[in-house]
Amino acid sequence: MSDSKSANLKAPRRRRFSEEKKEALTGYLYISPFFILFAIFGLFPILFSFYLGFQKWNGLGEMEYVGFQNFEWILTDPLFWKSLSNTLIMWILGTLPQLLIGIILAYALNSTLIKLKSFFRVSIFMPYVTSTVAVAIVFGIMFNNQEFGLFNIIVGWFGADPVSWGTSEWGVKVAISTMVFWRWVGYNTIIYLAGLQGIPNELYEAAVIDGASVRQKIQYITIPMLRPIIILTVFTSTIGALQLFTEPLIFIGRSYREEGITVVLYLYREAFTNLAFGPASAAAIILFIIIIIISTINVWIANRIGR
Amino acid sequence: MENQQKQLRFSFPKMFVYLILSIGAFLSIFPLYWMFVMATNHNSAINNVPPAFLPGDELVTNFTNVVNTIEFFGAIWNSFIVATVTTIGVLFLCSLAGYAFAKFNFKGKNFLFVAILVTMMIPPQLGLIPQYIIITKLDWLNDLKAIIFPGLIDAFGIFWMRQYITSNVPDELVDAAKIDGCNNFRIYWNIAVPVIIPAFATLAIIKFMYIWNDFLWPLVVLREESSFTIQVALRGLIDNYVRDNGMIMSGTFWATVPLIIIFLLLNRLFIASLTEGAVKS
Repeated sequence: MSDSKSANLKAPRRRRFSEEKKEALTGYLYISPFFILFAIFGLFPILFSFYLGFQKWNGLGEMEYVGFQNFEWILTDPLFWKSLSNTLIMWILGTLPQLLIGIILAYALNSTLIKLKSFFRVSIFMPYVTSTVAVAIVFGIMFNNQEFGLFNIIVGWFGADPVSWGTSEWGVKVAISTMVFWRWVGYNTIIYLAGLQGIPNELYEAAVIDGASVRQKIQYITIPMLRPIIILTVFTSTIGALQLFTEPLIFIGRSYREEGITVVLYLYREAFTNLAFGPASAAAIILFIIIIIISTINVWIANRIGR
Repeated sequence: MENQQKQLRFSFPKMFVYLILSIGAFLSIFPLYWMFVMATNHNSAINNVPPAFLPGDELVTNFTNVVNTIEFFGAIWNSFIVATVTTIGVLFLCSLAGYAFAKFNFKGKNFLFVAILVTMMIPPQLGLIPQYIIITKLDWLNDLKAIIFPGLIDAFGIFWMRQYITSNVPDELVDAAKIDGCNNFRIYWNIAVPVIIPAFATLAIIKFMYIWNDFLWPLVVLREESSFTIQVALRGLIDNYVRDNGMIMSGTFWATVPLIIIFLLLNRLFIASLTEGAVKS
């Protein structure tokens, strides 16, 4: 009697236990594809990059351990520093106007009495759907060095001489930053718009009752309420800008002109044109460290402002 | 009084708002319009002061030149295959993993989830060279598999699916199905999947667009023309010694059109998907 009772009690527990086990196994099974694929195409390549950074290798022959030589080589190469300063300059040129104009456009789109709202929204967002390669090709033609290039025609309206966009120090940077700006400004606009729509209307109404001006409303309500979104967009556009590759490659072509070479372009050239896998890996590691440093600074500034 | 308050609420004067938005819309659309103009004009009309600003009659000629220079349709087809297969694969794998993270209990669950999120922070260029070496060893150079398999890794997708499943698939429903004797995969397939269709749509748009527009990785692993995706193929147009801008723009325009049309048809879903994804992550 008591035996059968305890057996009765045990049986469901055991079943529950095995069910839990089954559930856990199924869980591991369901998430395993990510980890298997990531191990092969993500984790292993990253670890191997750190290994390759200390080797001399052209992809075919024997590897040879060379210590920090690759890093030395990269860090003493003027072209690497050029690519780094180009990247940082184009980061500022492309990102700052993008975020500023994005906020203005979002503010305009958020006005209550605007008609054709969805037309404006769709048109402003459309550049983002265009591929980076297409953007770079179209703007490459617009930024033609000759006087018939569209931007040189505009320059001509102001009585200035044609600019050699494709070959001059600042011409190249302005052209590439314009491409980045054009493709991303609408995207950021819509993100800001979402943020603006999350600000409760009562805040503005209260401010109006207190007699706040437009400028005061922007300064004391809109900007503080929008801060998390602004931080987000600064963060993502910074990481994107540090990885700039397609626009300069299409615009300056295989010559890798030093006016427009970026860090990723430099890395690509070392690896796939010069077959210098060691230095290229060293460059990748240095880029990784730079991204970590800049991201940390970003987070640090964001936290300080946040307080 | 009420009227006055309403007017005070919006911040720029109305005319000013329209002016800003019109300039914004014009500058956004103009390069796309001009792409079409150049695609329908002869090179000499483009390289002229002032250049052509209206569509011409070279549409067919320019496009014929494109088809004679690059394998345009083959490249579009490759892009379509790669983007579709990767997207479907990602929807399946990410929803499965997201379902496991949302509904199952297993050891190390939280740690593994955080580990997946951390992988999002790593810049993709860090492993670029070894990835290329792996593809070479697998003998996948010039093979679309080289794009599809690495493309199936999508940490954001898992995160996205987990969030959506946690808040939209009720535990009671899953438990009830369990009591009825459904196995785990059937519960996922018959109960979770129908509920998470909107999350599928969002992730599909993000992924499809990303793969369709991706350039660096396909450029590295696709070396033979027959395997090019459209973005890599477009580069072949400008690499020519003789620059025929009409032809270049024709190729670029027709490569851009498919995505623009899909975007215009589904613009609400597109805009919501692409920006929501960014904000939530």
